[in-house]
Parts: sequence; structure tokens; C-alpha cells
Amino acid sequence: MVAIIDYGVGNLFSLVSSFRAIGKEATATSDPEVIRSADRIILPGVGAFEDAAKKLSLSGLGELVVEMAATGKPIMGICLGMQLLFERSFEYGEHLGLALIPGEVRSIKEVIPNDYKVPHIGWNALHFGKEKNELFKYLSEGDFVYFVHSFYATKCENSVIAEAEYGAMLTAAVAKNNVYGCQFHPEKSGEVGLNILRAFCEIGGSK
Amino acid sequence: MITKRIIPCLDVKDGRVVKGVNFMGLSDVSSPVTLGKYYSDNGADELVFYDITASSEGRALFTDILKEVASTIFIPLTVGGGINTLDDFDRVLKCGADKVSVNSGAIRNPGLIYEAAKRYGDQCVVLSVDVKRVEGAFRVFAKGGRVDTGMDALEWIKRGVDSGAGEIVLNSIDTDGVKRGFDIEMLDAVSKIVSVPIIASGGAGSMADFVELFNKLPKVDAGLAASIFHFGEVKINDLKKTLIKNSIPVRI
Repeated sequence: MVAIIDYGVGNLFSLVSSFRAIGKEATATSDPEVIRSADRIILPGVGAFEDAAKKLSLSGLGELVVEMAATGKPIMGICLGMQLLFERSFEYGEHLGLALIPGEVRSIKEVIPNDYKVPHIGWNALHFGKEKNELFKYLSEGDFVYFVHSFYATKCENSVIAEAEYGAMLTAAVAKNNVYGCQFHPEKSGEVGLNILRAFCEIGGSK
Repeated sequence: MITKRIIPCLDVKDGRVVKGVNFMGLSDVSSPVTLGKYYSDNGADELVFYDITASSEGRALFTDILKEVASTIFIPLTVGGGINTLDDFDRVLKCGADKVSVNSGAIRNPGLIYEAAKRYGDQCVVLSVDVKRVEGAFRVFAKGGRVDTGMDALEWIKRGVDSGAGEIVLNSIDTDGVKRGFDIEMLDAVSKIVSVPIIASGGAGSMADFVELFNKLPKVDAGLAASIFHFGEVKINDLKKTLIKNSIPVRI
């Protein structure tokens, strides 16, 4: 079972539906027992970093995610959920994340040309570099996924497993051991996105 | 490289998809779930559902249908029609919408854009504007394009973006249903004053109209249409092949 952590940030309807569509049981929950018993965990999120980090911390769910990461259970952060995996974010101030992956989150404005629109919104191609992570085993170089974001992860070179070009190369996905993160929305990226979730469910053998 | 988006729009009334020509004389086309799935499987980058139902029974029916669409289709969904309050945002977001489009509701209460952007983020709030030329100026029309608000369209759009609208759908009443191409002049005027994504709507009659749109206006991000897609006059996959031939980046 996949536990989608419900900490009051964002819309979990599509995430639950997409796991169901690939035949995997999923539940949106804030119950620590359910999260502990899940065989994999999704940390979702849309909106502002500070607000989300606060909610994770106050609910104790942030701590639980860190605890679960140490058990080796596959965990995936999506969009803001991915950004929360890093050490800190500079979105309106400086805020601490869960520090499961070294790196920080900064405005894309710092790296993209002035005439590019912010947020980076729409379908963009994934580039995997030399090696393709097992998360993308069903994908081909250049497959398109759906992005909506104004901030991006940086100083995380060792963890980057995919990038997207938007006037600059932006971190699209990261992995460190059993912890994964996608800046884009697999649950909104059609068949390509479902194939990423499928691969995520098969990491470490499907249960 | 970010791609240009092709977006079919489904006007839904009493649970069925309809399309008005110049907003008058509706004709039944198909089921929202069937049509949505068809588009999602055949190259649509996003779907827009407008609820044009007036009754509360129809509204409840729309919400049920939206849930059904959102649990079977995994591309971005924008929902509009009858969005007047934050509760309306909440209602459609809970059913799986990713973005909510406001039109008359924001004209009546411009604070709605700011409040919704604050609660759900800019990326969630789409300002949809029906524009028509009146005495040489671009004017905002309300209530499905029937009522002249007297407001200047460029000023209204600028204000909407400043309040937090994350995207603009620009529908030209002058070109809507005429199928002679998008309103390049109006879209150009708007793209010069805003920095958020612009979705062009109204007037697409052929693939060439989309090529013209993206070639002439590189700042336009997406093209939206209804009847030419619903009646199969233009197939999205064919359209995308044509766009690629014309060096316009799209997702295939």
C-alpha cells in the first residue's frame, strides 16, 4: 500500500486516482500507524515552502518521514514535496527542509533569462544524462512531463537523475538511496507519469 | 524546451458537452467522460471544463462528472463556470480540478482573485476574459459574453495578474465561432502587457490558424478550441505533427 501523506497541503485526489489506475492501493492519510505500515510513501505538496514546512513540523509528520527514510522504505516527494526533502529553501526568506537530500531550493529567476515566464508551467522534456535511474525504466530520453513551479533545487549535483531545459537546465528529479523527488507532477503527466509511478512501486520488489 | 499546449474545451450543461457558436444556439456533442478520455489519449495537453449549467441540480451533476473525469484522466484539468466564491474553488478542487478559471465571478468581486491566489497559489487561478471590440477599444464582456461591463480589457487583465491570476484565457467574442483564425491583434495587445502564460481562444477553424497563432505571437503559450476538435475537423495529433513541421515545439 502507498501512503500519500495528507498534511493539509494540496489536492490529493489525482494522486490517489493515479495509483489506483496502475492497480496499486493508495490512501491519503495523516495517521502515523497507516504511514508506518505502508510499503512506500509519497510526500505531496503545492503552495508555499514555509507554510508546508511548518505544517509538516507541527503535525510531527516531517519527523516521521525522516524516520521512514532511515528504514529504507521508498519515499517520493512530488513538486513542493520534493523541495521539502532538501536542506533549505530561499522562497521568501530562508526556511529549513527535511534535509534528506543535500542541496537547496532557489528561485528559477536566478538562472533563467529575463524574458522567460515564471512559473515554469507546461509540458517539458526530461533529460537523464549518462545513466537512467530505475525510476525511469519505462521512459525514453525526451519524454514529456508536466511542470508547475517557480523554485528549483540546486547544489544537489550528486542526486540529480533528470533535468529539463527552460533557458537553463533545471533539476527535474533527484534520488538519494531510497529517497526520490520529482519537481514535475507524475500524476498529471499522462501515461509517462503513470509509468514513473509504476516504476516507483516496483523499486525494491513490489509488495 | 517548454512546449506549446493544445487544449480542448468542453462546455458542460446538465452533464453533457455542448458548444455554442458565438455563444448562441447550443448543440449536444457528447459525454464529458468519453470525450475527455478520447482527448487525453489523443494528444491533448490539458482539458478545460466549463460548467454552463444554471441550476443547482445541474451543478451537483457537474461535480459528480468532474470527479469521474478526474479519476480516469491524468493530465491537467481546468474548471470554470459558476465560480463566485472560495467555496466554489474548494468544491471543484476537491473533485480533482488542478486550476480554476474565474470570469464573471471575478468581475463582480475582484477580490476573489487575490483571495484564491493566496489560499491555493497563483498557479491555481486562471482569469478567463471574454473580449469584444466596442468603438475601437477592447472591452470586457460578462455572463457568457452577453453583457458589456464597460471595462477596458487591458486594464482588467493587468489588474487580474497583479492580484495573482497565474494564467489568462483570452476569448475573443469577435472571432469566436467564425472559424477564420484567432484574434491576433487582441492577443498581441495583451501579450505585450502581461508576463503570465496566455491561452488563446476563439476563432480556430483549421490547423493553419494554430500555426499562424504561434508563429506570429511567440508569447502565446497555448491554443484552446472546442467545436473543431469535437466534430473531428481537426485531430489534435495531426495538428501537432503540422506544428512540428513548422518548427513549433509541442509534446507528442
